Order: sequence, then structure tokens, then C-alpha cells
Amino acid sequence: MPDPFQRVAAATPPKLAHQIRGLSDRTIAWLFVAPTIFLLLAVNIFPLLWTIRLSLTNFRTNRPNNAVEWVGIENYRKILTNPDTWASLQATAHFLIWTITLQVLIGFTLAYLINKKFRSNDLWTTLIVLPMMLSPAVVGNFWTFLYQPQIGLFNYFIAFLTGADPASFSMIGEVALAPWAIIIVDTWMWTPFVMLICLAGLRSIPPSIYEAAECDRASKWRQFWTITLPMALPFLMLAVLFRGIENFKMFDLVVQLTGGGPGATTQLTSIDLKREAFEKWRTGYASAYAVILFVTVFGLASIYVKALNKVKDR
Amino acid sequence: MNARLMVTSAALALVAGAAQAEDLTLCWAAWDPANALIELSKEYEAQSGNTMHFEFVPWTSFADRMLNELNSGGKLCDLMIGDSQWIGGAAENGQYIKLNDFFDANGIKMDDFIPATVTGYAEWPKGTPNYWALPAFGDVVGWTYRKDWFARPELQAEFKEKYARDLAPPATFDELKQIAEFFQNRDIDGKTVYGASIYTERGSEGITMGVMDVLYSFGFKYDNPEKPYDMEGFVNSESAVKGLEFYKSLYDCCVPPGSSNGYMGEGVDAYKSGQVALQMNFAFTWPGFNTDANVGGDKTGYFANPAGPNGDKFAQLGGQGISVVAASDKQDAALTYIKWFAQPDVQAKWWKLGGYSALRAVVEDPGFATSQPYAQTFLDSMAIVKDFWAEPSYATLMQSSQKWFHDYVVAGNGTAKEALDGLVADWHATFEEEGKY
Repeated sequence: MPDPFQRVAAATPPKLAHQIRGLSDRTIAWLFVAPTIFLLLAVNIFPLLWTIRLSLTNFRTNRPNNAVEWVGIENYRKILTNPDTWASLQATAHFLIWTITLQVLIGFTLAYLINKKFRSNDLWTTLIVLPMMLSPAVVGNFWTFLYQPQIGLFNYFIAFLTGADPASFSMIGEVALAPWAIIIVDTWMWTPFVMLICLAGLRSIPPSIYEAAECDRASKWRQFWTITLPMALPFLMLAVLFRGIENFKMFDLVVQLTGGGPGATTQLTSIDLKREAFEKWRTGYASAYAVILFVTVFGLASIYVKALNKVKDR
Repeated sequence: MNARLMVTSAALALVAGAAQAEDLTLCWAAWDPANALIELSKEYEAQSGNTMHFEFVPWTSFADRMLNELNSGGKLCDLMIGDSQWIGGAAENGQYIKLNDFFDANGIKMDDFIPATVTGYAEWPKGTPNYWALPAFGDVVGWTYRKDWFARPELQAEFKEKYARDLAPPATFDELKQIAEFFQNRDIDGKTVYGASIYTERGSEGITMGVMDVLYSFGFKYDNPEKPYDMEGFVNSESAVKGLEFYKSLYDCCVPPGSSNGYMGEGVDAYKSGQVALQMNFAFTWPGFNTDANVGGDKTGYFANPAGPNGDKFAQLGGQGISVVAASDKQDAALTYIKWFAQPDVQAKWWKLGGYSALRAVVEDPGFATSQPYAQTFLDSMAIVKDFWAEPSYATLMQSSQKWFHDYVVAGNGTAKEALDGLVADWHATFEEEGKY
């Protein structure tokens, strides 16, 4: 019985077989990757280059009849000298730092606890991951009710703990509280995601290492710092990378909760960018803004991935 | 012979094609009047044979969605009931078709419509006889109040003792604030109630509509009447600063807790749930209150904007005109809808179904003012309207005012003077980009 390769070769029409026989391995490889490269060029690279081109013009989508003028780096200059841009970046940094810190701390702790064998372990895991399965729009909507000063459960919970009047504070309406309101909701929603990644990391640690440590009479504390944390660190860093990228472009949840307010207190860069692009229709300006954000995220992510690889190689 | 037959058949097919029933899509906001329009349009469908489809988008994303559609040359909408402020951009960018010739050919006269609605919804440039829409839905910001609470003898007595006047709809904004303060945190039937619901929404246009509604009566002007686009000393005049301070003081003293991002829907909820004594909202909400189980009938009264410190009385215009979208392939069929909609009997039916007709024959009918409890207030309010910029750059101008007003009124940052100075600077920069100087 002929092997499968011989059968395929026999079934190939002679004309096609002749054509293929004339192609080098390199050409065949290019033929296979060409559709993917074409898609990447069409969907990623072309829009990026087009955005860069637009960023150097005064083009406005809502003014098709206006002449498009080349303005050089004027849009970039305007953005970088605009105090509103820096206020948005500051709000984004505050949001990013606190959500990642809280999600890593709580997520890792939950993963550490869930990793222990106990009854109803699976049930708890399912319950904990429920928030991340909801749509951000839905989450934003029902948290606006939870934060409602007159009927919101969150305000009543805080009032129960502190004795304050629940109607005396508005989580999404006060400058001092609104940034924390969005951090709380994002942490509630996405900590389970960090927990799952950490759990994968913890479960990848071979039990034999802990057994060896037990033989050496290492304390639980020592085992945590010298085995658990270092071996789970690449996973933890991966979770930070994912959440960092996601939260840098956070939009839906915050729009639903605060609309960027009060004032511009929670106007993150993505909201600011959307307003420039699709409310003010300053397409050229918004393109430059998008390029700046892209370079920022790309640069930070590249540095971070290098650090991640170093940790993995250790 | 064969050739002649073919030509005749082709001609007949063309004629049949021209008279062929069309599927028309009308785009508007998702709100109560839109449902009334669906009902009204059934008559058009029966008469014309055309089928009407409707694309309704919630108010908070209406401008985003529909301006995107217009700017991208989309063919979703054949007819657009667009916001009054879009008219400049839509006209200058060729997004609506000009209707002058169509109006002339079909005997539709703009003199037959309420003048403010013609200026607000149809004309561009303003004050010139260039029409891009037919006034479709008259709307204006006014006030509702809890007539049943105002009528309680114990509250009347207490109010009179405190303010030395009757508890009645306010004649001035100062009186309005006194009433709001009087009701704030008051216990009525075992429930804590609040003074007033006002616009504070940040994302689209909410707080601007509310602030402007008050600022006009305090003396705010968009620009120098002698020198267009010269805003210094008009937008940030001393009286405008006082108006903005007043709005903030109303927000600080008298709104229900958590009213930091509320617009039309939130106002309706606050009022219908019995939380507030006074409510600022567009007139389109009034038919809904009138028939509501909690606040309907005699429980609700209506009044037009009260006067400012100098006795001036103005109100923020709402409402829209109906236009034919230039990108539509069915412009002729769309025009038949406008022709049908402009008829006096259709407009009369429109009012009966809950649509605010802008046709003078309807609103000047002797029976109109008493046809609904809010009809007279609607007429009074429509007589004192002013509107926001309708320039092609309206969206940018609106975002600037949203930012500055919300930042001052809700977030409490800076002073009213700083907010209006900042607004002048932003608007100046926008007009400079537009080449207005």
C-alpha cells in the first residue's frame, strides 16, 4: 500500500504537479503566508500609515468640501502643549496605576486561596469569575444604580460602615470620589481575569519543588518568597501587561459610569480622543493624538515585554 | 414595428418604475414623539404606497450616530429629522438638499410656520430665505411643577410666612430658587423630596441646554450684534457670569442627590417618581406627564421660563426640522413625504397624537391654547426662544461649553468668570480655525 504522500502526489493533476515542482520551498512558504500578510497590510499597516498621513493635515471628516492642507507637525505641537491632553493622561495614569495594583494584589491573593484544596473550590472559582463575563456596558449601567445616593446599595454599605448619610455623597458626581468610583468598578470586573492567569501560574509549579522545600524544613513564608512568587512572576507580569493595555484604552465602562465627568475628572485619553475624532470631527488632530497614544503604548509594551522575557529566562 | 414596441415597453417600464412604491427610511431620536410619528405615517403609507422604515437612536448618542451617517455619506436615511444646530453644517457640506424650489413648486410657504421654528430649524444662513428643512417638531425648554403640592394649605401658609408671597409658579428666577429651596429635603407624605431637577449631563449637550436656558434671561449674548463672532464682553459679560453663578447655586442647593449627569430621561424619572417639586425639561415630555398615573392630570402644572434680574425672558429652543438627505437615492419619494407632512390636516393630527406642530394654522387655532393643559405654556415658551450656535462647527462649540459648564457647575472648579473666559477662548479658537476672523 503506497504511503499518504505517494497517494497525494498521484492524485495531483499532472499540470498542477508540474507547476508546483518548479517552485522553490521559499516560494511555497511565501504562498502560504501571503494571504496573512495581505490581511495584516490591509487591516493594520495601511490604516496606520493613513492615520500618520492624516495626522499631518488639517483634514476634517465633516468638511468634505474643504481643501485639505498639509500642516506638518502642527497637530502634534498643539496636542503636546494642550493642558487638557496632559490632564487626560494624568487621569489615565491614575486609573491605570491603581487598577493594576489592586487587581494584582487581590487577584493573586484570590488565586493563592483558590489554589488550596477545599470543598466547593470549583463553585467559588465560578462565582468569582462571573463579573468578567458581563458586558462592560451592563456593568457600567448597574453600577450607576449601585452608586446612586438615594437608592444605591454601595452608598448604603458605606453608610452602614461609617455612619454617614448615604445621600450625603455621590461616588460618580464628586471630583474627589469619581476617579475611585471607576477604579472600584474596573477592579470588581477584571480582578477575576488576573486571578485566572495567576492560578494558571500557581498550578504550573511542580509539587515536587514544595516537597523538596518541606524536606529542607523551609517555612511557608520562605516557600512563598523563594518558590511561589518567583515561579508565578512571569504569569503575574503577563496579567499586568494585558490589563495595562486594556485599561490604557478603557472607554465603555467609564463613559457609562461618569461620561468623563464631573468636569473632565475621569476623561481618560480614549474618551478625549473619541471626542476629538467623532464629536468635534477634527480628524487630522485626532489622528495625531492616536499616533501619540500608539507610540506611547507600543514603547511601554516593548520595554515591558523585554523585562518579561528576562524574568522568564531567569 | 418591433422596435417601436420595444421603445414603448421601455417607456412604460420607466414610468412604472418612477411610480413604483419605495422603501423610505426616516431617521430621528428615540423618544415619545417618534412613536407618534410612526402612527401618523401609516396614513402616508396608505396614500402613497411607499413603505416607511424608522431608525430611532437615543438622544445621548443621536448626534454621534446621525452626524457620523451624514458625514460618511451613508444611505441609511432618506429623511432626517436632525437637530436644529446641525443645519449649518448639513447645508454647507451638502448633506441636506435645498428645499426652496420644492416648496415653491408645491405651494409650501415658510410664512405658514412659527417664525422661530423657521429660523431655528430650516434656514441657513440664518435670516436668509434659504431653506434646508421643513419645521417638523417645535420644542422648547420649560418647567413643570407639582400643582398638588403647591395647593396644600399648610405648605402655602408656611411659604407665605417665609417669603411673604403665595406659593405659585415663579415670575423670576430668584423666586424659582426660593421655591426649590423651600421644597429641598422636605418631607411630603413620609417621603423626602427635593427642589428641582435641572440639566447636568456631560456627554452630549445636556448641561449646555440647561445653562443656556437660564443664561439668556440674565443677559448672555453669543456675540456682538454689530460684529459677528466678537464674543468678548458678551459671552463672559457680568450678567452672564451672574447667570452661571445662579445655575450653580441652583445645582448646589436644590437638586436631588446624585444629579451630576442628568438630562431629559433623568429629569422625567425624577419628576414622575415624585422626587422633585420643579423640573426643567423640553416640552416634548409634557404629554407624558399629563397622562402619567403618578403625576398626571391636575397634579402637574406648566410654566414658561421665568424672567431674569432685568426682566428679560428667554428660553432654549429645542425641536427639529425634517430634511431630505442628499446621499439618498430616493429623494423624489422622500419629498412626497415632506409634501404630505406639510398639509394642515396632517399637522393637526400630528398635534393630536402628541407631536408639537409648528404650523401656525394649528397653533393659532382658537381652540389650541385650551386643547391641552400645557398648550398655552408651549405657545408662551415658543414666543421667547433662542438657540445655540448652528454653525458648521457646532459640535466643537458644544463640546467646549459642555466641558466648561460641567467643570464649574458640577465639579466646582474655578469661578464662573473663569469658566466663561475659558469658553470665549475656546470658541474664539474654533472660529479662528474656521476662518471667521
